Amino acid sequence: MPMTSPNPPFLLSVNQLHAGIEDKPILKGIELKIKPGEVHAIMGPNGSGKSTLSSVLAGHPQYTVTRGEVWFNGKSLLEMEPEVRAREGLFLAFQYPVELPGVSMTNFMKTALQEQYLHQEREPLNAKSYLAYQKQKQAEVQLDSRLGSRSVNEGFSGGEKKRNELYQMAMLQPKLAILDETDSGLDIDALKIVAQGVNALRSPDRSFLVITHYQRLLEYIVPDVVHVLYNGVIVQSGDAALALELEKHGYDPIKARFQ
Amino acid sequence: MSQDVLESHVNSEYKWGFSSDVDAETFPKGLNESVVRALSAKKQEPLWLLEYRLKAYRQWLNMSPPHHWANFKYPQIDFQNISYYSAPKKLPSLKSLDEADPELLKTFEKLGISLEEQKRLTGVESQIAVDAVFDSVSVKTTFRETLAEKGIIFCSFSEAVQEHPELIKTYLGSVVPASDNYFSALNAAVFSDGSFCYIPKGVRCPMELSTYFRINAQGTGQFERTLIVADEDSYVSYLEGCTAPRRDEHQLHAAVVEIVAHTRAEVKYSTVQNWYPGDADGKGGIFNFVTKRGICLGDHAKISWTQVETGSAITWKYPSVILKGHNSIGEFYSVAVTNNHQQADTGTKMIHIGKHTRSTIISKGISAGKSHNSYRGLVQVRRGASQARNFTQCDSLLMGDQCGAHTFPYIELKDSSAIAEHEATTSKIGEDQLFYCRQRGLDPEQAVALIVNGYCKDVLNKLPMEFAVEAQKLLSISLEGSVG
Ligand SMILES: Nc1ncnc2c1ncn2[C@@H]1O[C@H](COP(=O)(O)OP(=O)(O)O)[C@@H](O)[C@H]1O
Ligand SMILES: [Mg+2]
Repeated sequence: MPMTSPNPPFLLSVNQLHAGIEDKPILKGIELKIKPGEVHAIMGPNGSGKSTLSSVLAGHPQYTVTRGEVWFNGKSLLEMEPEVRAREGLFLAFQYPVELPGVSMTNFMKTALQEQYLHQEREPLNAKSYLAYQKQKQAEVQLDSRLGSRSVNEGFSGGEKKRNELYQMAMLQPKLAILDETDSGLDIDALKIVAQGVNALRSPDRSFLVITHYQRLLEYIVPDVVHVLYNGVIVQSGDAALALELEKHGYDPIKARFQ
Repeated sequence: MSQDVLESHVNSEYKWGFSSDVDAETFPKGLNESVVRALSAKKQEPLWLLEYRLKAYRQWLNMSPPHHWANFKYPQIDFQNISYYSAPKKLPSLKSLDEADPELLKTFEKLGISLEEQKRLTGVESQIAVDAVFDSVSVKTTFRETLAEKGIIFCSFSEAVQEHPELIKTYLGSVVPASDNYFSALNAAVFSDGSFCYIPKGVRCPMELSTYFRINAQGTGQFERTLIVADEDSYVSYLEGCTAPRRDEHQLHAAVVEIVAHTRAEVKYSTVQNWYPGDADGKGGIFNFVTKRGICLGDHAKISWTQVETGSAITWKYPSVILKGHNSIGEFYSVAVTNNHQQADTGTKMIHIGKHTRSTIISKGISAGKSHNSYRGLVQVRRGASQARNFTQCDSLLMGDQCGAHTFPYIELKDSSAIAEHEATTSKIGEDQLFYCRQRGLDPEQAVALIVNGYCKDVLNKLPMEFAVEAQKLLSISLEGSVG
C-alpha cells in the first residue's frame, strides 16, 4: 500500500467506505473529499449512518470496516489506532459525550495535550503556561471556568456537555473537527455560542465536518459543501442552498427517490 | 464490552519482586510448642508473654480456618511446611547502620525506604519516621529521639516488650483477643515483630509514623504485630507499606494490628498493601490473612482506616472499629484492586456500642482479569447505641467479563433510633469511556489509569499526600495489561 495519499490537495479523502457492526452493513460506499479550510455539512434522517461515519473515522472499535480506504493528511487513516488519529489532528465532538466520574477536566486535557505534543515532537507546556492556555481557551468558547475544574462531563447539563466538547476542540486545535449533532438539544442561544465557537476556529488549515439533522445550525455556520446521507450512502451533494431546500421539503422526497 | 479490547494479554511487571541474599538465621520448618518456646527465648521474652503465646497456640490447635466465603478457592496451607522465624544475622545497632549486612541496607534503598534520618528542607511536618521490618525482625526505627522528646514511643514490638512491658501487658490482645479467629490465634502464638507506638496525652504526633514490611526469606511466613495506643486528646497518622519477592510458591502473611483510641484521640491508619500478587497464571503470591481492629475507648475518639489493596494472591481482611465511647467515629475507606487470578475478600466491621456513634464506609472494588473481588461488611448497632448512624457506599468496577465482584453487607440494628444507609453500585469501564479518552489522544492504559483513579478519588483523597501519589501509580501498574 502506498504510504502517501494519491490526492494531496485533500485533507480527508474517503473512498468507497463500507462499514458495519457485527454482520449488519451500515455504511455502503461513502465517497467524501474535504480540502483544508473547508466546512462540509452532512445531513440526513435519523438512522442514515451519520454517527456511524463519524465513529468509523475516529476509529471506534465497535465498527468493522469491510471495504474502502481513507486518507487523512496524506496518511492511511484506517491503519491508525484511535489515539494516533487524534494526535494526528482528528477530533470528534461526540453526539453523546460520556461522563468520567472523578477525572478532573484539567488532568484530562493536560494529558491529552501532552500526548499530542509528544506525538508532534513539540516541547510540552509547563504547568504555568498550560493553565494560561486553558484559561484563554475557556474564555474563547465561553466555558464557565467552574465547569473546567469539575470532573469530565459529570453532572453537566446537555448544553454544558456540548460546550465542553467545543472547549476540548479549541484546546486541541485539530486539523479536522467532526461535530456530530453538536446542535441537537440546544436552545437557540446555546446554538449561537456553538456556532460562534466554530466560526472563531475556522482557518485555512482547519476543516470541519458538521453533522446535523437540521438546517438551523447552518444559518450560523455557512458550509462550503452540503451532503445528504441516506441509508449509508451520500446520495446528494451541493452548496449551502441544498440545506435550505432540504429544510423546505424535508427528507421525504429523498427517501422516496432512494428507497 | 468486546473481548479483544479488555481481555488481559500482558502480565504486569511487579517491580518489587527481587530477592536479597542476606545471611540469615532461619528456624527449621514446622510448628509445635517447642517452636513457640524457641521463638520466645530468641526474643528473651518475659514469662507472661511466653504463656500468652502458648495459650494462643493451644487455642489455635482447636480452631479451623475460616471458610465463610463461598467465592474463595485456595490450596490448604501446610503449617508444618513454614518456617516461623527468619532474621538477618547482622543487624544495625541503635546508633549506627554500619554493622548491618550491606545487602539488607541495599534492599531498603532499592525499595525507596530511608533508614537514615535525613533532614528535609521542608521541615519536620513532611518527615516520616520509619520502622523497617525485614522478615521476622525490625531492622531500624528512625526518628526515635525526635519523637521521644514529645514523649512519643515509636519502636519495634520486641523492644517495646523489653522497655515498656506494662504498656504491652495492658494493651496486647485487648482489641483482638488471641481467640478472635484462626489467624489471630496463630499470630498470637508466633508473632515475630512489628511496631509499637504510644502517643501520650494531649500530644499531636509531629510526623507521619510508618512501618514498612518486607518479606524476603523463602519458605517463611510473616506474622507481625502492631499496637498503637493514642492517649487522651492525642493525634497520630500512621502508614503501612509492604512488598515481597516474586516466588513460585505461596507465602503466608498473618498479621494483627490493634489500635486503642482514648477520649478525643484520633488515629488515622493508612495502608498501601502491595504484597507479591502471583503471576498471570495464578502461580505464587502472598496469602494475606490479616486482623486489624481499633477501639474508640473514650468519648469523641476517632479511628480511620484507609487502605489501598493491590497486592497478594488472596486478601482476607476487615479493618474494624469498635465504637465504645459516646460520640465516637469510625471510618473505613478502601480501594481493592484485583487482577489476573487474585482474590480479595475485604471490608470492615463497625460495632456501635456508645450513643451517637457514627461510622462511614466507602469501598471501591476494581476487578480485572479472572480475579474475584468481594466486599464483606458488618454494621452492628448494639442495644443502647441510640442515634447511631452509618453510611455505607460500596462500588464495584469490572474490567472485562471474566472477573467477579460481590457485595455482602450485613446490617444488624438493635436500637430503633439507629439509622444505617447503604448504597451500592456496579459498573463496567465502558468501551465508550475508553473510546472517549482515546479520541482525545490517550492510549488505552492511560485511559484506564485515569478512569480508575477518578473512580477511587474519594478514597485516595484520604491518604497523606506522598502516599496518595504512590497509590495512584500503583493502581495503574496493577491494572497494566488489563486492556488489550
Ligand atoms: N451499536 C449499534 N448496534 C446496532 N446497530 C447500530 C449501532 N449503531 C448504529 N446502528 C444502526 O446503524 C444505523 C445508523 O445509525 P447511526 O449511525 O446512529 O445513524 P444517525 O447518526 O444518522 O442517526 C441505524 O440503523 C442504527 O440502528
Ligand atoms: Mg447520530
